[in-house]
Amino acid sequence: MKAVRTRIAVDPVACEAYGYCAELLPEVLSVDEWGYPVLHDKTVPDHLVEQARRAARACPRRALHVMAQG
Amino acid sequence: MPTATVDTTRAVTPGEIADACSTSDARSGAGVRHEGAPPRPDHDRARLLSCWGAHGSGTLHAHLEHHGPLPLPRGHGGAAQLGALMEASGLAGRGGASFPSARKLAAVRSAGGSPTVVVNAMEGEPAADKDRTLLWCAPHLVLDGAELVARALRARRVVVCVPDDSDVRHAVVTAAAERAAAWRAPFVIEVATLPGRYVAGEESAVVSRLSGGPSAPAWRPDKGAPLRIGRSPALVHNAETLAHVALIARYGPEAFRAAGHPDAPGTALVTVSGAVARPGVLEVAMGALLGDIVGCAGPVDGVGAVLTGGFGGTWVPATALGTSYTPGSMAEVGGVVGAGVLVVLPGRACGLAETARIARYMAGESAGQCGPCVFGLPAVADDLDDLVAATSPAAATRLASRVAGVDGRGACRHPDGVARLVRSALWVFADDADAHARGRPCPHRGAPSVLPGPVGAP
Amino acid sequence: MSSPVLWYATRATGLVAVVLLTATTVLGVLVANRLSTRRWPGFAWQDIHRGVSLIAMAFLAGHVATSVMDSYVHIGWAAVVVPFASDYRRAWVGLGTIGLDLLLAVAVTSVLRHRLGARTWRAVHWLAYVSWPVGLAHAFGMGTDMHSSWVIALSIACVAAVVAAALWRLSAGAVRQRRTLVVHGVRHRPLGVPVKHLSA
Repeated sequence: MKAVRTRIAVDPVACEAYGYCAELLPEVLSVDEWGYPVLHDKTVPDHLVEQARRAARACPRRALHVMAQG
Repeated sequence: MPTATVDTTRAVTPGEIADACSTSDARSGAGVRHEGAPPRPDHDRARLLSCWGAHGSGTLHAHLEHHGPLPLPRGHGGAAQLGALMEASGLAGRGGASFPSARKLAAVRSAGGSPTVVVNAMEGEPAADKDRTLLWCAPHLVLDGAELVARALRARRVVVCVPDDSDVRHAVVTAAAERAAAWRAPFVIEVATLPGRYVAGEESAVVSRLSGGPSAPAWRPDKGAPLRIGRSPALVHNAETLAHVALIARYGPEAFRAAGHPDAPGTALVTVSGAVARPGVLEVAMGALLGDIVGCAGPVDGVGAVLTGGFGGTWVPATALGTSYTPGSMAEVGGVVGAGVLVVLPGRACGLAETARIARYMAGESAGQCGPCVFGLPAVADDLDDLVAATSPAAATRLASRVAGVDGRGACRHPDGVARLVRSALWVFADDADAHARGRPCPHRGAPSVLPGPVGAP
Repeated sequence: MSSPVLWYATRATGLVAVVLLTATTVLGVLVANRLSTRRWPGFAWQDIHRGVSLIAMAFLAGHVATSVMDSYVHIGWAAVVVPFASDYRRAWVGLGTIGLDLLLAVAVTSVLRHRLGARTWRAVHWLAYVSWPVGLAHAFGMGTDMHSSWVIALSIACVAAVVAAALWRLSAGAVRQRRTLVVHGVRHRPLGVPVKHLSA
């Protein structure tokens, strides 16, 4: 049975480097020298999915996308 | 606006070509087909530039005389017929991505709705001149291809996109008017002038502009979803790709495959520039040796390295001149076929200085939408300038991490192109990079640039 | 219904609203200028700004409701949103109405933020900078408590805070928005042939 992996992606056009995503989800995201998010991994482990969704809601530009992937 | 300094109007005498290319014909077998060479048997007609040089070759009359009437699909199932022909020929896109064209057609067909056919002749790459040449010399081949695809998809609209600074618009409008006068088509042809910036030719940027938005690429997390102009799915093809479709429909997939390589069939237009005596656009059989293609243009000061693919492509060293010009073989030596761009760097030049100029240009050509590109590319250009000036020993290491920082972090492939260009430069010119880092810049960094357009201007 | 309780409530809620709206404005500048410390990261300032703005709106609602419900003077429910519709002290109440209207626009667009474009949301949100001095003018103009020294001191503190925040927002240290560098297409002349031209 294939596990459902949760994907995470940043819309680079919408992003304005607020950095809330990296503050709320430091295990998956950090910021580069100009404040823009760097994803460590394209998927999120299950125990962090809820926190990832919180980070996506916190983004003022809704640039963080958390998607379930079969 | 960038315009290539490539001179495509200069006629080349058959004698020159025969001398330069006779060795390649004998050796590679696949051969380099060049305008002006003595005519060979019938499938020579089935080439893009086969009517080059003949007086009035761009007119509809000359086109129909040379190639015959346009074979329209019979009955229903036109899309399936055309798709099958394209599949059998193995045609891959000539806009830079080399994506299988039959698959693109099928994807738009399955999207339903009333599609729009977009002819992408934007050619934002300053070192490329092939689409401009093709539209000037054989616009009806391009429009034939667009018509075949439009009829197959039952599209109501064909939009030819040209850059606003280009003299090609007139040629396209004239050709479209000739066709409109000669026969009725079930679609309308529009000619759209879009801003002639580098990223404006990216297919999602073209579609964005045609939808009334800015000429900026879109973020496409799901590449499978078709591009749309409003609700209409858009089939965006490079102008040269459509010209090949027109030839395949007339002469069949076998004639297409008669030239080229099993992995990369057919011919392609290549723009050769740089330190060469005869810069220009060549129609090349895929699989010809890189050295033979470059040789046809006549390098003036030896070949130090060749920029392949374009400003977002890669450098290959002179040792790679024996490589077969196909996407696969070129990739093995770190090269890129891309949009058929080759810029020859002479033996006595500083590849790092030229790379720095390209990086500076590319930084200025960012759409300005994505932070890593807006801030990262100028930083990469600064680091390259430092490296070239040999003022900062840390520049090379900083550059490597900066380049990793921009790669893949934009909405489009613009920063990715710069990243791979710089990586290839640091590899191909490793000795130079080392010397520069130690504070001993090479003697050629002040040499005039061989790059086309405003990039190379002092 | 008329009662001194309503009148005191109107004045009290009005004063508290001034203080809370001042705090909201200052917090808004802290968010816009991307303030973030280890103990108070950026998302926290955003949450605080939103929370304080909600409380401010609650007090504003109380202020408006008690002022209309108090039949000692006639204001009328229409005057809540229609400027200068009040019988009582038309001009100064009208200013209050304008301030409320602007804040309602800011609040509604913020709730619907992700359905509107970023530019639309931002343009309306800047109206908050207009609503604050309008509200303060309303408070001064109504003048009920403006003779007491602590109210005057409080008002001066609020003005100082907002002015300082606004200066910081406009200064070189503030975050500048990127601009998209692309140029839109050009219009070209149609020819007299049956070929359509796309106008930009």
